[in-house]
Amino acid sequence: MTLLDVQELTISQVGSDAAIVRAATLALEPGETLGIAGESGCGKSTLLLALMGVVKPGLAVTGGHVHLMGQHLGSIAPEAMRRLRGQSIAWVPQSAAMALTPTMRVGAQLAEAMSVHDTIPPGDITARTTALFAQVRLPEPNQIGARYPHELSGGQMQRVVIAMALACAPKLLLLDEPTTGLDVTTQAEILDLLGELRRDTGMAMVCVSHDIGVLARLTARVAVMYAGRIVEDRPTAALLTRPAHPYARALLASVPQIENPGMPPSIPGSPPAPGMSTPGCAFAPRCSRAHAACDLVPALSPLPLGGRVACHSPENGIFAPVVMPTPLVAQEAGVPVVTVRDLVVQYRRASLFARLSRRSRPDSVVAGVSLTLLKGEILGLVGESGSGKSTIVRAIAGLWPRSAGTITLDGANLPARATERDRAALRRVQVVFQNPDASLNPRHTVREILAQPLRLYFNASPAEVEDHARSLTAAVRLDPDHLDRRPAQLSGGERQRVALARAFAAEPDVILCDEVTSALDVSVQASVLALIRDLCQSRGTSCLFVAHDIAVVAALCDRVAVIYLGQIVEIGRTTDVFLRPQHPYTEALLSAIPEPDPMKTMQPVLINGEMPSMTDPPAGCRFSTRCRHVRDVCRTSTPALALRSAEHFTACHFEGITGI
Amino acid sequence: MSGAPILRAVLSQPSGAIGITLVVGHVMLAVLSPLVLPHDPIAQSADLMLQMPSLSHPFGTDRLGRDILSRVMLGGREAMLIATLATLVAMVWGTVVGIFLALIGGRIDTYIMRIVDALSSIPGILIVMIFVAALGVGATALIPILGCSYGLSVVYIARAAALDFVARDFVLAAQARGEARATILIREILPNVRDTLAVQGAMQWSWLMLGITSLSFLGLGVAPPTPDWGLMIADARGVMPTAPWAVLWPMAMLSTLIVGVNLATDSFAKALGVDRQMGVRAA
Repeated sequence: MTLLDVQELTISQVGSDAAIVRAATLALEPGETLGIAGESGCGKSTLLLALMGVVKPGLAVTGGHVHLMGQHLGSIAPEAMRRLRGQSIAWVPQSAAMALTPTMRVGAQLAEAMSVHDTIPPGDITARTTALFAQVRLPEPNQIGARYPHELSGGQMQRVVIAMALACAPKLLLLDEPTTGLDVTTQAEILDLLGELRRDTGMAMVCVSHDIGVLARLTARVAVMYAGRIVEDRPTAALLTRPAHPYARALLASVPQIENPGMPPSIPGSPPAPGMSTPGCAFAPRCSRAHAACDLVPALSPLPLGGRVACHSPENGIFAPVVMPTPLVAQEAGVPVVTVRDLVVQYRRASLFARLSRRSRPDSVVAGVSLTLLKGEILGLVGESGSGKSTIVRAIAGLWPRSAGTITLDGANLPARATERDRAALRRVQVVFQNPDASLNPRHTVREILAQPLRLYFNASPAEVEDHARSLTAAVRLDPDHLDRRPAQLSGGERQRVALARAFAAEPDVILCDEVTSALDVSVQASVLALIRDLCQSRGTSCLFVAHDIAVVAALCDRVAVIYLGQIVEIGRTTDVFLRPQHPYTEALLSAIPEPDPMKTMQPVLINGEMPSMTDPPAGCRFSTRCRHVRDVCRTSTPALALRSAEHFTACHFEGITGI
Repeated sequence: MSGAPILRAVLSQPSGAIGITLVVGHVMLAVLSPLVLPHDPIAQSADLMLQMPSLSHPFGTDRLGRDILSRVMLGGREAMLIATLATLVAMVWGTVVGIFLALIGGRIDTYIMRIVDALSSIPGILIVMIFVAALGVGATALIPILGCSYGLSVVYIARAAALDFVARDFVLAAQARGEARATILIREILPNVRDTLAVQGAMQWSWLMLGITSLSFLGLGVAPPTPDWGLMIADARGVMPTAPWAVLWPMAMLSTLIVGVNLATDSFAKALGVDRQMGVRAA
């Protein structure tokens, strides 16, 4: 019997006809895995919740129905619904940290999840929780239940939440962005775990993700959503090799890939706001194949090769990603602009106990980093969270004082704090922050935002401000009428363009980009990356580009530095570092990236365990605790960066150890 | 949201409509009453002592035979003027100090806040009484004294509201640009805490109104023979059993004003999305 049958499901905002999910039709057999892909606001999370009969406040089902194991959700009495959910469906929410109660031990939280639907004899509870913790492969499963959520890492919390979902042995597991916010190595482990659990238990899975690479690793079938509609529903391999819907094709094309360094094309325009009704095919305004027939909404109809697509003229060729090769910047004979020497940045933990015991040793978040940013180049800085990459940016920007080391700008020393720097030095180094929602003042119009650096650095008159603001908005490809809007009236991509325009308004020599695309959808990300590249190239600006997403760095950067626990482990030309990694950590990072390539979804991840704490870094090579090539010497002596090939340095005791 | 849409949102709530009506009525009365007074508010008459409400004196007369209607019409004017000016003083210094402390943080913030804590632990009316005793009665003395003492609570609110924003990246971005601290305070933070402070200001005003009336009641505020609700209540409380109207009318005036301000403020807070209890933005 079909496990889940969704027919023409429409979910709208109460009191308006704004539909968040439009006429979704889906079926799921027992044991099947389905991914739901789409960009933010496409209705994928709303659809996922509806699969277990939940509709968020303010929304209502206005058409169609969901049948779970033959029962019509919505016509079941609440008590029966509860029982049905407990026995057959479980949901893993997006953020494990938010899903766990901070004041309760995780074992007790798991026991609670078990006993809601089952009466378990008290004596068995510990045994059952231990078994579940072991099933999700948490370390020391018989003891970890006594810990509180804050004593666990992000990956461990995610495992606890998955254990809670498994508590009632569900037939269907719903996952909402199960790895978003996790580091790439942790993400790889969670994806492995989910794959194994599915094989062991035979449960069906529906997983929502914005990352098609994640779905490629986890699910056999993927439904792509756009503006509330399912536009394509295909076996994963078929979708990845021959996407039929132009949106699916454009979405795949906009994902940067490491083997194929260069700028991926972006999708022109932006998706309609959630709930906005569009006549005809919602993608038509952005579609290169749109024609007269697209004025009618295309039905989701079967394809000859299997799967369904909602398009009047689906494509059927093999998908081959096309990238714009990034020309190497004419780096004026390697003239350094910013030179960082032996940078150490420390955070002192101000806990009362540590102060009383006089043992407060400061944690070195950046432990001796040296790097040179050349004129006109884009240097990438990659690492997992806690590696210290953002701290390096803050130290260069003067927002966090350094404890040791020097930073020079064109040979002149940069004081540690921004307040000690002169205006010219401040102007020449500009920062673009991760989240434009936070870095733009919500009360200011775009004009005011752009006016600030112009007034501060150039004493611009109102007429000059207006002039410059207009040319800046044009430079970041925004309309002049955006000048009167406030950040809330702009889309995420537009906001980040404004933040870039503000940085370039100062006519800087260096811009520091801190995870500037991590809050953006992939189709928008590609256009922001292209913009950064263009602006830097046309103005000869150097850029230090910090990101955790290796593929983004591969697409954009001329050179790249890989950082682990506050130290650079490998630095060199992007193609050298990513195509011929010399350090085991770089190799491990590359192996952990889920890529939307059916041929590459099965490779093992070459890393062990979790990142050690910054408070107590391993002696010797900092990567020695997780390295699969570790030898005795690694635990005692710290390797220095050594030249391996042209401009390619690696901090490892062993040359040529990777790729074994 | 700003301007007309906010006013519409406020008036669409029953409490907002009632509050605005009461406040606007009181303000109009205070401004226009000298033009329409039925009697001289300070003219005494031995023949008219403690008269019941009648056609010629609709609200009755007081101990000295003065017309209570005329006196309650004027009785809020001086207190409202003092309250308005003292609110301005309190809001300005409280806001500047509060945001500044939030912005610099660290030890200076800790130390100054402990001093503010200590000062706040002394009952405000006590401080004011001491200063009034030392400096003498009168509006000119009351405004700075009340402004300083009531500003302490503004420091807390402004600091708490600003703390919500000082850690945001746009403040960090301004610091990275090298903007002056005063620029960050005025351009970056103030616009974001404006709504919270506007609501706080309205509350301050109603507390100040009550405070001034209490001082007048104690003989430390508005000086006789100026008509004032506090003075009128103090004056008539001895004759309450025989002439309750002499107390009830000024009380009713004061209550309707305070209730009106509170209802209106609540509705504005709701329309602006400000959590009045916490003093910080709710959403």
